[in-house]
Amino acid sequence: MSITKQEVQYVAKLARLYLDDDQAEVFTEQLDQILGYIDQLNEIDVQNVAATSQSIATENVLRDDVVDNTYDRELSLSNAPLKEDGFFKVPKVIE
Amino acid sequence: MSLYEKNLHELHDMLKKKEVSSEEITREYLNRIKQTDDKLNSFITVLDEPAIDQAKKADKIISSSDDFDPLTGIPLGIKDLISTAGVRTTCGSKILESYIPPYDASVIKKLKAKNAVIVGKLNMDEFAMGSSNETSYYGTVKNPWNLEHIPGGSSGGSAASVSARQCCVSLGSDTGGSIRQPAGCCGVVGMKPTYGRVSRFGLIAFASSLDQIGPFTKDVTDCAIMLNAICGHDPSDSTSAKRDVPDFTKALLNDVKGMKIGIPSEYFIDGIDSEVETAVNAAIEQYKKLGAEIVEVSLPHTKYAVSVYYIIATAEASSNLARYDGVKYGYRTEDAKDLSDMYFKTRTEGFGSEVKRRIMLGTYVLSSGYYDAYYLRAQKVRTLIMNDFRNAFEKCDVILTPTAPTAAFKLGEKTSDPLQMYLSDIFTISANLAGTCGVSIPCGFTSNGLPIGLQLMGKHFDESSIIKAAYAFEQSSDYHKTIPTIPNL
Amino acid sequence: MEFEAVIGLEVHAQLLTNTKIFCNCSTKFGNAPNENTCTVCLGLPGALPVLNKKVVDYAMMMALATECKIAPYSIFARKNYFYPDLPKGYQISQFELPIAEHGKVHIDLGDYKKTIGVTRIHMEEDAGKLVHDGVGSDPNSSYVDLNRACVPLIEIVSEPDMRTAQEAVAYLKKIRQVLVYLGVCDGNMDQGSLRCDANISIRPVGQVELGTRSEMKNMNSFKFIEKAIEYEIKRQIHVVKSGEEVVQETRQYDSHKDITLSLRSKEHAHDYRYFPDPDLVPLRIDDAWIEEMRSALCELPDAKVARFVEQYKIPEYDAEVLSSSRSLADYYEETVKHIDAPKAVSNWIMGDILRELKNDKLDINECPITPKMLADMIKLITDGTISSKIAKTVFEEMYTTKKAPKVIVEEKGLVQVTDTGAIEKMINEVIAANPGQLEQYRSGKDRLFGFFVGQVMKASRGKANPKIVNDILRDKLKG
Repeated sequence: MSITKQEVQYVAKLARLYLDDDQAEVFTEQLDQILGYIDQLNEIDVQNVAATSQSIATENVLRDDVVDNTYDRELSLSNAPLKEDGFFKVPKVIE
Repeated sequence: MSLYEKNLHELHDMLKKKEVSSEEITREYLNRIKQTDDKLNSFITVLDEPAIDQAKKADKIISSSDDFDPLTGIPLGIKDLISTAGVRTTCGSKILESYIPPYDASVIKKLKAKNAVIVGKLNMDEFAMGSSNETSYYGTVKNPWNLEHIPGGSSGGSAASVSARQCCVSLGSDTGGSIRQPAGCCGVVGMKPTYGRVSRFGLIAFASSLDQIGPFTKDVTDCAIMLNAICGHDPSDSTSAKRDVPDFTKALLNDVKGMKIGIPSEYFIDGIDSEVETAVNAAIEQYKKLGAEIVEVSLPHTKYAVSVYYIIATAEASSNLARYDGVKYGYRTEDAKDLSDMYFKTRTEGFGSEVKRRIMLGTYVLSSGYYDAYYLRAQKVRTLIMNDFRNAFEKCDVILTPTAPTAAFKLGEKTSDPLQMYLSDIFTISANLAGTCGVSIPCGFTSNGLPIGLQLMGKHFDESSIIKAAYAFEQSSDYHKTIPTIPNL
Repeated sequence: MEFEAVIGLEVHAQLLTNTKIFCNCSTKFGNAPNENTCTVCLGLPGALPVLNKKVVDYAMMMALATECKIAPYSIFARKNYFYPDLPKGYQISQFELPIAEHGKVHIDLGDYKKTIGVTRIHMEEDAGKLVHDGVGSDPNSSYVDLNRACVPLIEIVSEPDMRTAQEAVAYLKKIRQVLVYLGVCDGNMDQGSLRCDANISIRPVGQVELGTRSEMKNMNSFKFIEKAIEYEIKRQIHVVKSGEEVVQETRQYDSHKDITLSLRSKEHAHDYRYFPDPDLVPLRIDDAWIEEMRSALCELPDAKVARFVEQYKIPEYDAEVLSSSRSLADYYEETVKHIDAPKAVSNWIMGDILRELKNDKLDINECPITPKMLADMIKLITDGTISSKIAKTVFEEMYTTKKAPKVIVEEKGLVQVTDTGAIEKMINEVIAANPGQLEQYRSGKDRLFGFFVGQVMKASRGKANPKIVNDILRDKLKG
């Protein structure tokens, strides 16, 4: 499979990244090369192979429904680029 | 011999005998950092005063007790993607340049409980994405053995700092070889424990199903001590293993008689540097002499590991890095027309090009219409790679390979060719995909004086066997005792 | 051409757990902004989720109550999109392999009954809240409160089995009723604990394929849901009849104008890039766990209605009204325990009690009249101490003063007059005082009988036993 510049711009948009034309050109070329390499996976018959998401199989990791207030909530906004009255502040969201 | 040249277990003995104080040791390391870091750039943040304070605190404990933890009072460095409360944690990125975590990662809590002394936060490839440390927003780290060469990556600062004796031990993280490969490049011991051994809580994620924290040390004994300190179940990390943690120092036996060491033919391929091959073959001979049994094993899907890795790791990363949007923490662009523009500009200005490339790749392989062809297929091949290891480990106790196909390459050599850069991780990636543990130990030098790494991989949760094998080799060699000479000091 | 609508609902229900789905922050509503937040629900770098067991329990209870099949193996996935109320840039939800599938819900439209399929139930985390007005100093900013981020939700997705707005409302009411019965959700639509999206399309009657659908977002009352769906069906029929095509899009109901408006068309459709969340491990549910949850279930509305009809021999309609909430059903059964008059009790509750509570906007739990008081009052009627008419007075007095009915009857002298001599005396007086009416009655104006009864009751201040009054009066009027 090969990737087009248009697809690269689509993906950049999904990922919220601006790419100017030159960058899109470079990325298209590089991603195309990488995807070309990755195409080797098509050699393998995986029809009857299960997918692995995690290498160490664990199940049912659960916690009890008990409130824990040990986290200092004063710190929640300590890194906010912009804040006011206890809220994070962002440019107006228009719906 | 200067204090900074000593290993952790040697310093611990001296502290026990009250021959030296933690403060003296710490000052010596801080001084060493001052002298060398202009050249090496291992550190993003040096914690002079806090380190001295911690050392003084450790000294109080040391003076009042003969039985304190091996890490008490020991200066160590932390890769700058492990969260440290109140201390900026940048992940090597501009986007987290001003980020100060309000909490400690679980491993940091463990180290603090033992009164270890954190001297600083170590440089790394941006978001651990790189094999050469050249993608860091805070500048490239140099290899202490040759400043023209890369230290390896992504934990380049962690490897270089221990190699150059800027700290006694350090923590790094390994997603596709990011501990073992730089350890090999810098001639130190670097261990990636089994996935789930060390809590990831507080480790800033690159690829959650592959990331694992591990230690860099000057020798195998220190590696075992560090593992004892950082391993163990953590209820805050759902993927943390509920397994008993053995005392890894019990594996320091200097006895590999009858141990089965597997050699996978797929790791001795064209493209492997002849000096690397010679050194690794010599190590195999050495193991034979030590009484180990060398067996041939096969990991037939090795050649697919890089492809699988660059699909899975980038897919997870594209999602893990979505949180850097300028709303809650980190960098936010100065001038945004509106909300959408704020997102785009913040991320475009905040991330470097390698990170963008991987976010793009990961977004692409998950996007509508491509999921089955790339992501799902990669997950299936991952199963085959895991099966390879399972089958191989039926025939052997540990698997021996080179850590990387070459010694540390030159700075700038591969920066314009991402695929070639990715292929430099070809020998380390499989262990992450399979979740197995792996260690890199020094096994020689190239003719121009660069270290060569030997990789030993073990079964799930069997770090003890690779420590045992690594220790026996180390005891029969001197490579770990050689210290790089940093020019013009 | 005649058209029919095809409607499917997606219902989001906030679960009544103490803590959030993936961290141990409180879910308490109404706290100061960002007070219920921590490293995990703020999405701080390095923080990791751990699943709240109660959320799984509650999801299983709802699954069992809607006859779903519970999956032995389910996983969490990430739904990736950017929005300021979504701190991680992805929502943890279930996509492939949800916790439950293939259920059904039975609805009753009065004239007919219908079964609506439940496609799936899955667990997910809620997003935070964006506040645009009323806070902060900058009208060009929005303000983000993450208290709600990571609060547990279940999403209940129906099959496109509904054909009218009324069916959709009946389905949603049923879902709400069951959730509240189970105690897993408070069902509060104003506060957003229960939210509903509707997928609506139309097709010519007889056509099997589905038409292009629009998605109606976040309708927050039963009334608006009904109106919005009705409007949307009409709109789509109009579009098709004018020779145009329905566009796949998201629309929102404007309750002030009673119209639906396009929010965004699917051209800008999200590409959510779902994939299994590597930070969470799979959920394995065995039969023992399912049985544990099954035995924790209370009696559900359908079963209760059937039992009431069977056990108390009351009409199905009564049983449905009485079973509309668990507390009302409990009130009814408690009352019947004190007096074996199931239909009379039902009448009083469905009539006077519910009317008074509605006027005062009270819940049955807050009713001033206890089941015992109501039973005692009904006993006074059946044993003839008071008449039904007097009972109304006693009821009102009970409701306002919370006094026992016997006390009220004694204090106010409301005991029924059954003494025939006394009644006969009153009747004689009434007849004597109304010679004109008597004459008319005797000349055939039968309707005047009621007039005489009224006069006698008035004279007795309502206390005369109506049956005795009737008997004697009929006799006397004959002459």
